[in-house]
Amino acid sequence: MYRQMVLIRRFEDHAAESYARARIGGFLHLYIGEEAVAVGALNAARPTDHLLTHYRDHGYALVRGCDPKAAMAELFGKASGLSGGRGGSMHLAEASRHFWGGHAIVGSHIPIGAGMAYAMQYQRREEVVLDFFGDGATGNGIFHEGLNMAALWQLPVVFVCENNLYGMGATLAEESPVKDMIIRAEGYTMPSRQCDGMDVFSVYEAVRTAVEHCRSGKGPFFVEAVTYRFRGHSMADPELYRDKEEVGRWRAQDPILRFGEFCVRQRISSERELEEVNEQVEQEMLEAVAFAEAAPLPEESTVADGVYANPIDPEAAGPESA
Amino acid sequence: MPQMTLVEAVRDALRLELRRDPRVMLLGLDIGRLGGVFRATDGLQAEFGAERVVDMPLAEAAIVGASIGLAVAGFVPVAEIQFLGFTHQAFHQIGPQVGRWRQRSRGRFSAPLVIRAPFGGGIRSPEFHSDAIEAQFVQTPGIKVVMPASPYDAKGLLLEAIRDPDPVLFCEPDRLYRLHRQEVPAGEYTIPFGQARTVREGDDVTLVAWSAAVELCERAAAQLDGEGIAATVLDLRTLVPLDVEGLVRAATRTGRVVVVHEAPLSAGFGAEVAATIQEEAFFALDGPVRRVAAWDAPYPSAALEASYLPTVARVVAAARAAVRS
Repeated sequence: MYRQMVLIRRFEDHAAESYARARIGGFLHLYIGEEAVAVGALNAARPTDHLLTHYRDHGYALVRGCDPKAAMAELFGKASGLSGGRGGSMHLAEASRHFWGGHAIVGSHIPIGAGMAYAMQYQRREEVVLDFFGDGATGNGIFHEGLNMAALWQLPVVFVCENNLYGMGATLAEESPVKDMIIRAEGYTMPSRQCDGMDVFSVYEAVRTAVEHCRSGKGPFFVEAVTYRFRGHSMADPELYRDKEEVGRWRAQDPILRFGEFCVRQRISSERELEEVNEQVEQEMLEAVAFAEAAPLPEESTVADGVYANPIDPEAAGPESA
Repeated sequence: MPQMTLVEAVRDALRLELRRDPRVMLLGLDIGRLGGVFRATDGLQAEFGAERVVDMPLAEAAIVGASIGLAVAGFVPVAEIQFLGFTHQAFHQIGPQVGRWRQRSRGRFSAPLVIRAPFGGGIRSPEFHSDAIEAQFVQTPGIKVVMPASPYDAKGLLLEAIRDPDPVLFCEPDRLYRLHRQEVPAGEYTIPFGQARTVREGDDVTLVAWSAAVELCERAAAQLDGEGIAATVLDLRTLVPLDVEGLVRAATRTGRVVVVHEAPLSAGFGAEVAATIQEEAFFALDGPVRRVAAWDAPYPSAALEASYLPTVARVVAAARAAVRS
């Protein structure tokens, strides 16, 4: 788990650096500070459980085992990316790992997860669905449509609200009438658990309980992980809504440092061993960036490929016909 | 061969697919016990059970969103949205989600589903209940847009839609649901997408339409006959994919074209038809392509419906003008 958290941190550092070098286009949302949520949660579930997430999705992809090279290449928009450069940073996905994507439109994947959970229930399958979203999504109508449906039919879906206390540029108090997101679950009579999103054990325990609840056919479960993003909403965020002192206080809670100290204290790993992990991961990330740099761009002629199973007359639909 | 109304043909197609393929599932508001707002799914829940003919909460986005989840998990969902105008409430699932899964994942996964939606005017219901917003979905790549105009076509095109590997928006003209009966084969048959239907042939002018406007054009053509003007009526059947070849052939034959639709004029699909014809058959044209459409205004109350929608008189006038130009 230490390795997974470091992997996310270093991947994001290199992504930020590549973004600054204009290798990555568009927007880039970093997961730095929130690593314990993806790592704790996914280790508490089975690799076959279905996964849908919000757009801050790099960490989930890496913990699910997606190749960091292919993930980095996807951020670069390269043909060797996880989705051939078509999904980009916010839509990482890999069907073979039951990872059905990051989703850029806030909350839009919540009812999709409920639909998948209905499929699992209908087929009496053991897999459950893990549906991650942020605090901002809970103000969106689709969040309520999804929770209502899941509770009504007692579907096997774990809703994980990753509460990092801020929307894009607003504080939680400015966008939500409730401070604790688990209160949202009460209206749907859904059992819930709040956990410390900066502590990988706390997240693990909460999601473990949730997954077991769902898998035993008792219906949906709501987990709130209170966490903090050390960086801005995206690389383009001036962070007008918070001061440096607050960020400093949270940085003292760094989930990687906390877990590292625990490991050393309990004599699970030595500082030297942890340092070796850091170095290995750093090397791996340098390779991932080099791979992404060298990977080919998608062919221009493929811009309209794959929209339909069988192409609809490209001559007629193509813009060059004018 | 049995005689069926359009709504019976739709129900027959759904029943056949529910029987043939255990992955097929229907989802919608009041489609089960009640049988749907237009009774299109009447009796299907009793036959196939509440787990496969699913009464959903009143939440259009969740109906479409859950269908996406089921499709990705290997099912073949057919969602009913009570009126096409209600898809506004689900558009954030249709626009940014339904049509994009395939390309976003480079074909590694996709969300093939069917959204059925009654639509169109002439049933004295205002605004969203009658909105013809099909062109909005043509601007949403990844979705096919199917617009049947007859019972025979409704059944064959719906069977094709359910078996199609891509998401399909299937718009049913509610005004025609019970207007006519037609001979419809009892068994399975499919009508391929992208093949326009020549409803009648004439050498002077081509009337292009889809869905309920086809029936309007047939009446206009009959009246034009009396004036010595022979009209072809071409039913496009599907807007995506569009039968460009069939459209060009019909336009070339008559040199004069009138396109008719219930949607507002500006940027309606008629504009696409006119643009396609001038690109592909410019030198065969004897005059400009004319459009007969609804006004650029929200759908009015029942009292003004007849002034809002295209009428036989307006189609006939446009055809006359085209022939004289």
